[in-house]
Amino acid sequence: MPVFCEKRQLVVPGDLLAEGDYEGDENTYQEGEKVYATRVGLADYEGRRLHVVALNAFYIPSVGDLVIGKVVEVGFTGWNLDIRAPYVATLRASDTLSRSYRPQRDDLPSIFDVGDLILCKVTAYDRTRDPLVSIREPGLGKITRGQIAEVTPTKIPRVIGREGSMVNILKGETGCRIVVGQNGRILVSGRNPEDERLAIRAIRKIEQEAHTSGLTNRVTEMLRREKGGVVESAQEDA
Amino acid sequence: MKVPKKMPERLISEEGVRLDGRRPDELRPVKIEVGVLGNADGSAYIEQGKNKVLAAVYGPREVHPRHLALPDRALLRCRYHMAPFSVDERKSPAPSRRETELSMVTRKALEPAVFVEYYPRVSIDLFMEVLQAAGGTRGVSITAASLALADAGIPMRDLVAACAAGKVEGRIVLDLNDREDQEGEADVPLALMPNTNAVTLLQMDGQMTIEEFEQAVNLALQGCKQLHALQREALKSKYVAVKEEVGEE
Amino acid sequence: MTSSVITARVKQKQIAQLITGGKRLDERGLTDFRPIQLETAIIERAEGSARVRLGKTDVMVGVKIGVDTPFSDVPDQGVLTVNAELVPLASPTFEAGPPGEDAVELARVVDRGIRESKAIGLEELCPVPGKKAFAVFVDVYVLNHDGNLIDASALAALAALLTTKVFNYEVKDEEIKIKPGYTQLPLRNQPVAVTLAKIENKLVVDPSLEEEQVMDARLTVAFGKEGKICAMQKGGSGFFTVEEIMEAVKIAQGKAEELRKIVVGG
Repeated sequence: MPVFCEKRQLVVPGDLLAEGDYEGDENTYQEGEKVYATRVGLADYEGRRLHVVALNAFYIPSVGDLVIGKVVEVGFTGWNLDIRAPYVATLRASDTLSRSYRPQRDDLPSIFDVGDLILCKVTAYDRTRDPLVSIREPGLGKITRGQIAEVTPTKIPRVIGREGSMVNILKGETGCRIVVGQNGRILVSGRNPEDERLAIRAIRKIEQEAHTSGLTNRVTEMLRREKGGVVESAQEDA
Repeated sequence: MKVPKKMPERLISEEGVRLDGRRPDELRPVKIEVGVLGNADGSAYIEQGKNKVLAAVYGPREVHPRHLALPDRALLRCRYHMAPFSVDERKSPAPSRRETELSMVTRKALEPAVFVEYYPRVSIDLFMEVLQAAGGTRGVSITAASLALADAGIPMRDLVAACAAGKVEGRIVLDLNDREDQEGEADVPLALMPNTNAVTLLQMDGQMTIEEFEQAVNLALQGCKQLHALQREALKSKYVAVKEEVGEE
Repeated sequence: MTSSVITARVKQKQIAQLITGGKRLDERGLTDFRPIQLETAIIERAEGSARVRLGKTDVMVGVKIGVDTPFSDVPDQGVLTVNAELVPLASPTFEAGPPGEDAVELARVVDRGIRESKAIGLEELCPVPGKKAFAVFVDVYVLNHDGNLIDASALAALAALLTTKVFNYEVKDEEIKIKPGYTQLPLRNQPVAVTLAKIENKLVVDPSLEEEQVMDARLTVAFGKEGKICAMQKGGSGFFTVEEIMEAVKIAQGKAEELRKIVVGG
């Protein structure tokens, strides 16, 4: 009963991963007894379950995800947000006000306008309708300072690291507040723009090298080295 | 510029050597690059002989106009277009009937490979631009388009590779260039999903017996499999390069 | 898209089940054409015309002869143009306007069958090489769409061309002067198209509209004389295996002969 790929082997769509009594999970599909990859990525398996960690994939919302959205339209009863998904998300006006919405009295653009960035949570999404987001929890709402880095959503787990190990290194070495959106948008907010840029350079490096090993050490090394010379931080990484 | 009248020289020698030095079962030289455009979600560029084709994907994204959205699957839209400077006599930028037909057959060639049912109510927009044409552009376009789709992270059952075989001066040959296409007896473009041996594009024009047709199909299948190996390498190459850079393996 | 008319799922299942058992909704065999009716020379104003009814699919083809300049790369040949219109009255899904991709595909596949089989003696249609050539306009007009427009159109085009008469002429000072009387259009080959649809991994000849809506894919094969293939077109969003392709081609060859007899006789 063969598996045709090694762990962490780079595969492309249509590659046969295994044949026999196996089951395919993420980024695979099954035809009879054969399991194939559906995306470019690193194949992996645990017992009889195979999956592919995609190296590039767009974000599909999941209820409970923390995301950073950008207001693209102000409607009559709420706002439409670009959350880097194929579907536009809706934030209802009633969600943001502690009382019911009164169209004559409440001016929506004064609360959130086109171009504003909002930290929010996905509260509803299925095949038949566009996602709904909410800012009801504490800490959610309009982002007023900091910079945003956009990465491929599949790399987010690498940015976070096992139990937050990677993102903690980023926070520790740069002194920035870092909020990771599941939709591939990361908020970096620090004491000064140089610290923020350093954190973003580290995030770029993680994105580029996500499929390699020893990344945590290389990132730590890079941060320490770049922090050491103030002159260096003015140069942008290639 | 007028197209010169048929040359008296032969297209294939007695020994089976073609005008460009190839043997009957040889593909033209192929060069592939994936991820070449900054804005598109996925892209690929292929040179095959003198053909130069650029393919790009935007999507999945909201459908515009909205009323075209399908309730249970993604709408795959394809545009095959030739640049005015891609051919000998300047071609008007307005879509010709040939481009309309090729836009459709390339879409039908790629649709079976894409998991459109995963993403209802969105569109996946595919653009194929022929920058220089030298025979067999629909095959090159499909091969590039399938790489652009994979580059965009759109889930696929398989890659799609395409090329043409045909009959020139009585012989069955692979990957006809423009002269062989124009002056030959028959042309059979074919697209294949290589892992399942599923033919998703098949056309023919010219005159052939059924036996000759079968030979051409088999030759085209071989060509597609060779292209597929090159596609896989191209998709992996940027990640392999990074691995080498950081000193892994 | 050919049609956005959605076939009820129950009917889709019915069609699939019947076909697995070797039967079709209208009780035809898998390789049977629907009843065919052919009329020719029905439009007197056109130099040639024909109407084909294939089951309920109804297509009319008119041939008009005009005078034009030959193409610069073939200055001693007449010019063939095939056009197809899916006029709105033929189906609730056809809209008025310029030809969409289905109309373009239909025209080009019919064109390919005629052109690649060298059916029309175009070298005999250029009275003043480089300056004046006869233009043969083949216009396909779909009157009712009940599936398999390609085969019906190709058959009607062949029938229309077989009855087409070109006006007699003489050349004076490189101008064409019309004389009384007509000559038959020189036809060297008689291309016939046969379309098969793949449903539930079986191949059926001459798909009806409902069968087209549930099919995985279709393959059209056009044959000239002596059983030579002159055009082929795969349609639909599915795929074929090589075995299915060869099987389809062999079935089509036999059916093409049957169809040709209807038009040519004997």
